[in-house]
Amino acid sequence: MADPIATAMRQHRPRVLEALPWLAAIGGYHVFADQLPFGSQILITILFALSLDLVLGFAGIVTLGHAACYGAGAYAAGIYAVHISHEPLSGLLVGAAAGAAFGALSGLVVLRTKGLTQLMLTLAFATLLAEAANKASFITGGNDGLQGIEIDPILGLFRFDMFGRTGYVYCLIVLFCLWLMLRVLLASSWGQSLVGIRENVGRMRAIGAPVNARLLTAYTIGAAMAGVAGALLAQTTQFVGQSVLGFERSGEIVIMLVFGGIGRLYGAFIGVTLYMLAQDQLAKDDPIYWNFWIGLILVLTVLFARGGILGLIARLRGPKVWRS
Amino acid sequence: MTAALETIGLTKRFGAVAVTNDVSFQLQPGARHALIGPNGAGKTTFVNLLSGQLPASSGRVLLNGRDVSGISQAARARLGLARTFQINNLFPALTVLENVRLAVAEHRGLRTGRRALLEEAHDRLKALGLDTDALTVVRELPYGKQRLIEIAIALASEPSVLLLDEPAAGVPGGESGIILDVIARLPADMAVLMIEHDMDLVFRFATRITVLVRGTILVEGTPENIAADPRVREVYLGTRG
Repeated sequence: MADPIATAMRQHRPRVLEALPWLAAIGGYHVFADQLPFGSQILITILFALSLDLVLGFAGIVTLGHAACYGAGAYAAGIYAVHISHEPLSGLLVGAAAGAAFGALSGLVVLRTKGLTQLMLTLAFATLLAEAANKASFITGGNDGLQGIEIDPILGLFRFDMFGRTGYVYCLIVLFCLWLMLRVLLASSWGQSLVGIRENVGRMRAIGAPVNARLLTAYTIGAAMAGVAGALLAQTTQFVGQSVLGFERSGEIVIMLVFGGIGRLYGAFIGVTLYMLAQDQLAKDDPIYWNFWIGLILVLTVLFARGGILGLIARLRGPKVWRS
Repeated sequence: MTAALETIGLTKRFGAVAVTNDVSFQLQPGARHALIGPNGAGKTTFVNLLSGQLPASSGRVLLNGRDVSGISQAARARLGLARTFQINNLFPALTVLENVRLAVAEHRGLRTGRRALLEEAHDRLKALGLDTDALTVVRELPYGKQRLIEIAIALASEPSVLLLDEPAAGVPGGESGIILDVIARLPADMAVLMIEHDMDLVFRFATRITVLVRGTILVEGTPENIAADPRVREVYLGTRG
């Protein structure tokens, strides 16, 4: 029989397959050189979905207001660029801080509840923030959106170009760094304790885990990551529209993640990419009814591919002892 | 001597009903103590009050002399109070090894190296004869083995007080011996309070027995005293009808 400790140690070891998304992203840069702004959108949305996977997939916090953290990051980074500094990296930190602040404050209330109540509270907080951004038009631009964002070259070296090359590479590097951080976190005892909380919160309390503090930390980290994604959006598109805070954005990101597979770290990559490519293609082919096809794909996913695409692949490969 | 666990006037009301009514109770260090009583006597509620899963309406709980009445279940667990559950309360989607590793990690601290945690968890499994099932997902194990994992998780925190809520509940008669064996091998300095319906198990385990009836302590004493006590016979056999 295999040594169980050795087998368990291998559980979080890097696998060759994990290089796939990054090779695809680098390949995409060369193959779709004329569509890099769209590529950047995909990378940003993957980061956003990844942050949701931490919150929803691993920590099991039900949220329909995750766009609030994303929007908070986008507005904060945008306003920072307009009024304070055009420097991009500090702008990312501002976006992260805004997302984290919103996550920590709303988390104090949201995490006291669970299930449907939790869902409604996240929705309520997101709606409050969206309305606040709407009312504060003197600084957010209100309905017209936040304009006049200028961004300096990254590290003073790499200027944002009109083809979106710099933007794409910038988004890719930021996504890679945060993915790596998240991967390390989730493989740690802390990350595994989140899985424990998701699987059986009562037992985690009984073995002495400070469940509330741990969930708040996870929620805040997820919010900060979403804030960075929002900041990337503001910097690469040089515009922040009110839709970043919208309910649709919150719902759509959940759908993309469910489509790819939640709680699997790579569901964000597959779900977002396929969803956005399909949306792009379907909207071209059938500008009026494309939403129907998206809906149909989703119904089929939920009916026949519980656990999303990755869940389906895992089932086709047969039962495995370990579950990430 | 300071009691390992003590309650003073512990009371829990659900509306007008006092499910635990002014219970003052002591569990001595190293005790093998059983809490028995008819269905609905409030035994599990009492354990939930001790472990902090339920807040008491009034009264106090002292753990090794320290008042823990106002602190959370998790904080009490960190102070050395562990419990098992009447109905399996595990991580069914995770492996046996991971179930115990989670508990070891909380006890040793999350910064402890992964290999050290896994080794300690594996040792815990070995001590209970579960090491061959280390990589099996818990929900695929027979119920009796799952009962042992309940105990393995509780022991992972090296508690000074262990509350066993019907450890053999749901286990086929022939297998309850394995559970009793495990309990018999618990460290001598660990104070153990067992709640159990199975009188056979109780009398093989306990050196002291408390009888709880309608939320209050009816009588406490040695197994011989309890077996001979007419009030206990009355409660269990209903001689008065």
